Amino acid sequence: MVSYILKRLLSAIPVLLGITIIVFLIMSLIPGDPATAILGSYATPENVEKLNRDLGLDKPMVQRYFIWLGNMLTGDFGRSFSLNRPVIDEVLERFNATLILAGTAFTLCSLLGILAGVVSAARQYGFADKAITFVVLIGISVPSFFLGMMMILLFAVNLRWLPVSGMFAIYGGGDLPDLIRHLTMPALALAAVATGVIARLSRSAMLEVLRQDFIRTARAKGVPERRVIMGHALRAAMVSIIPILGIQAGFVLSGAVYIEIVFQWPGVGRMLVDAILKRDLLLVQGGVVIVAACYVLFNIAVDVAQSLLDPRIKT
Amino acid sequence: MSAFFKLLFRNRLAAMGAVVLSAILLLVLITPILPLNDPDVTATADRFKRPFSEGHLLGTDHLGRDLLSRLLHGTRLSLAIGIAAALIAATIGSAIGIIAGYFGGRTDNIIMRGVDMLMAFPYILLALAIVAALGPGLMNALIAVAAVNVPFFARNIRGITVGLAGREFIDAARLAGMGHSRIILTELLPNVLPVIVIAMSTTVGWMILETAGLSFLGLGSQPPQADLGSMLGEARSAMISHPHTSIVPGIMIFLIVMSINLLGDGVRDALDPRLRSGALSRPRATTLVERVGDTPAATDDLLAIQDLETQFHVGQRVYRAVGGVSLAVKPGECLGVIGESGSGKSVTALSVMGLVASPPGVITGGAVRFQGEDLIGAPYESLRRKRGDRVAYIFQDPLSTLHPLYRIGQQLAEAIKSHHKVSNAEARERAIQLLNDVRIPNAEARVDNYPHEMSGGMRQRIGIAMALANAPDVIIADEPTTALDVTVQAQILTLLDDLRRDRGLAIIFITHDFGVVAQLCDRVAVMYAGRIVEEGPTQVVLDAPAHPYTKRLIACVPELGGGRRELDAIPGLPPVVDDLPAGCAFAPRCDKAQDTCRAGTIALAGPSSRAVRCLYPEEAI
Repeated sequence: MVSYILKRLLSAIPVLLGITIIVFLIMSLIPGDPATAILGSYATPENVEKLNRDLGLDKPMVQRYFIWLGNMLTGDFGRSFSLNRPVIDEVLERFNATLILAGTAFTLCSLLGILAGVVSAARQYGFADKAITFVVLIGISVPSFFLGMMMILLFAVNLRWLPVSGMFAIYGGGDLPDLIRHLTMPALALAAVATGVIARLSRSAMLEVLRQDFIRTARAKGVPERRVIMGHALRAAMVSIIPILGIQAGFVLSGAVYIEIVFQWPGVGRMLVDAILKRDLLLVQGGVVIVAACYVLFNIAVDVAQSLLDPRIKT
Repeated sequence: MSAFFKLLFRNRLAAMGAVVLSAILLLVLITPILPLNDPDVTATADRFKRPFSEGHLLGTDHLGRDLLSRLLHGTRLSLAIGIAAALIAATIGSAIGIIAGYFGGRTDNIIMRGVDMLMAFPYILLALAIVAALGPGLMNALIAVAAVNVPFFARNIRGITVGLAGREFIDAARLAGMGHSRIILTELLPNVLPVIVIAMSTTVGWMILETAGLSFLGLGSQPPQADLGSMLGEARSAMISHPHTSIVPGIMIFLIVMSINLLGDGVRDALDPRLRSGALSRPRATTLVERVGDTPAATDDLLAIQDLETQFHVGQRVYRAVGGVSLAVKPGECLGVIGESGSGKSVTALSVMGLVASPPGVITGGAVRFQGEDLIGAPYESLRRKRGDRVAYIFQDPLSTLHPLYRIGQQLAEAIKSHHKVSNAEARERAIQLLNDVRIPNAEARVDNYPHEMSGGMRQRIGIAMALANAPDVIIADEPTTALDVTVQAQILTLLDDLRRDRGLAIIFITHDFGVVAQLCDRVAVMYAGRIVEEGPTQVVLDAPAHPYTKRLIACVPELGGGRRELDAIPGLPPVVDDLPAGCAFAPRCDKAQDTCRAGTIALAGPSSRAVRCLYPEEAI
């Protein structure tokens, strides 16, 4: 198992390099003078000249890439001009908030989605199945940002159950109950679409498995039906559900950008959008590379989980 | 094609999606000629008018602009941008996919590596990076969304192209001296095009949503021009005081995405043949029972199947898989049930414990009595308590009948623990004992193996060990040796025979092989088209088969050392059981058939232990 994890980690290196190359190439699409673009239109000529020298923009592209890569490997992602602090500090701080939001949403959508899929499959064509199918259809059709706005209207403005936005109350907040109160709506809004997708695919994965011969064997043994469904069938279905979870994690992370805007959540997505609007390109570049790298590592974790579940995968 | 549309529109939800989507498309197409206010003319005096106010059907926004007009123009823009992005992504992605798939080798390798890299990004990061480099704006958002979706098309189309590139017509074109670009354009593209169109139709809704999302973030369309996303984005600041400005564009996005989803689901279902046949239905925990008529009275047999009728209901069709079968076993007895595939022998066996997959299976008549108690229609829990404990099954093909993700020991232990309260250690001990009983060498180590780590013969022994786990009274073995080679088969049969003698076990042995029956069974019943056509003591039936079908079936078995005997396959095929002929089902294949054979039902008749269902039997009984 350890050697399998090491092998998967090694195989991530070319992917990570590829990500840096792609980001580098995209950033070289910037029309006009990059230093002006990076510093924004308010930059003084001295600053532009200094940045050009710092970035080595007089050097050839390949050389520039390796300088950039070398700097990143030592943890130097440059300085954000709009915030006047190192990019890495800002990204890590914001990423923390995103992880809380996206992590909660991902846990929610995995649990709810699989549960809904299992119930739906076990009660195929029954009332529960029809109700779940209907809710899921609505869930995957509402854009998460619209859903978030409607939730604010209903639960925060009209019913006053939950705070409108932010991560903590400005006065007297900061503890865990306060965080949970602020987290509930954005996490649910972010989880909605992914829950629907996971529920649908879990349902069909379960139906596929329930027709297999080994389910009949379990029933012939006299295994109680609850255990046939939650044990035998779900375990086999997880083999096809886990890769879906990996893909959905990417969508949850993407959706977090919208939800962070709607709920004023101080995460990396909102930071990226602000940075784009302020043309703070070093911040965008650093944020994209760091988040993408984390996503690659997460997918390795998914692969490892899969190999733990399925003994037929060669480790 | 018209059959496809018929299927599609029989799905009411898909039809609804089509109607909503068509209505929206029609509305945006005629938007320019509708008598609407100018969407960009501001009137600060008329700010935030509520819906249904005079002159503004949907009210006005924060600058007093007419919401209805802005909505229709915004929808028009959103749809146009989404479709344009889909077209661009499809064109570029497909071109990349076709080139990679057609040229193969290093070109393919390098291109696909790049595609994999792009797919390693959560899509929004890539889109944000592109917008960051190019700057916010509708055109740049369109480019970003298209670019993000290029890998999807490249990968799908490459897969199709690789399959096509190896085909003869491409080789022929090459030999005819056609250049690469001509082959791609005239030979490959027409074949790939339908796949491109389908892939596009499934992603276009997604791309509409993505561009709306970028606009919502303020990175797409810039004021005063508005698509649905930016309408929603601008309305957000006034959401609490004037929610209608947010709700109007939000609901439009919802309607568009939902109608595309419904339509897409409908298309997918209509194209999937498994849904039509009902093959995607989940089998219930026990077979459905819809019994009509009286239940036969109890007998003193250990297990008695009485006038059992099991049918498969598929759509309007009724397949009478088992049409009134009676069988019985006493302790220590082995009964063989023999027949061709499709004769109903397995369905009979599975009906006993309610294991026929249902839907589509339904037990419509008769009884199955275990020690006098009727199991058909018994409550689930009472049936479950007997499954594996009193009546156990051994199935064919243990690779698919054992759970692939549980260890052998766990599966054996579970069989015990489903019926008896024992500790894990005890259950494991018992599992090892069972493996020894079925003569698995090195049982201590094997108990921790997974099924895929064992050979076919070993797995079959596991299946037997599992059936023996609770020392049942009856074992129903459904072709347990069919998948095995001859030596292993002989070992398994000897094993079963020993167990029967040692433990007084009753066995119902289902097979299509008379050789196996001769070796193991005391009595044999021959099934054809869901009915028993002959039964009797094994040796008697073998020596003097009375039914023409039995005779032909026995003639099919090659005899070892019996010299050259003609292998006499039976001409024709068994009948399909949804449309059985009146009278003898074998008559169409029988060379002795008379008109009377086709006239009416023929009874199974004979002295107590011997019976045949034939008007002109081969031997008097």
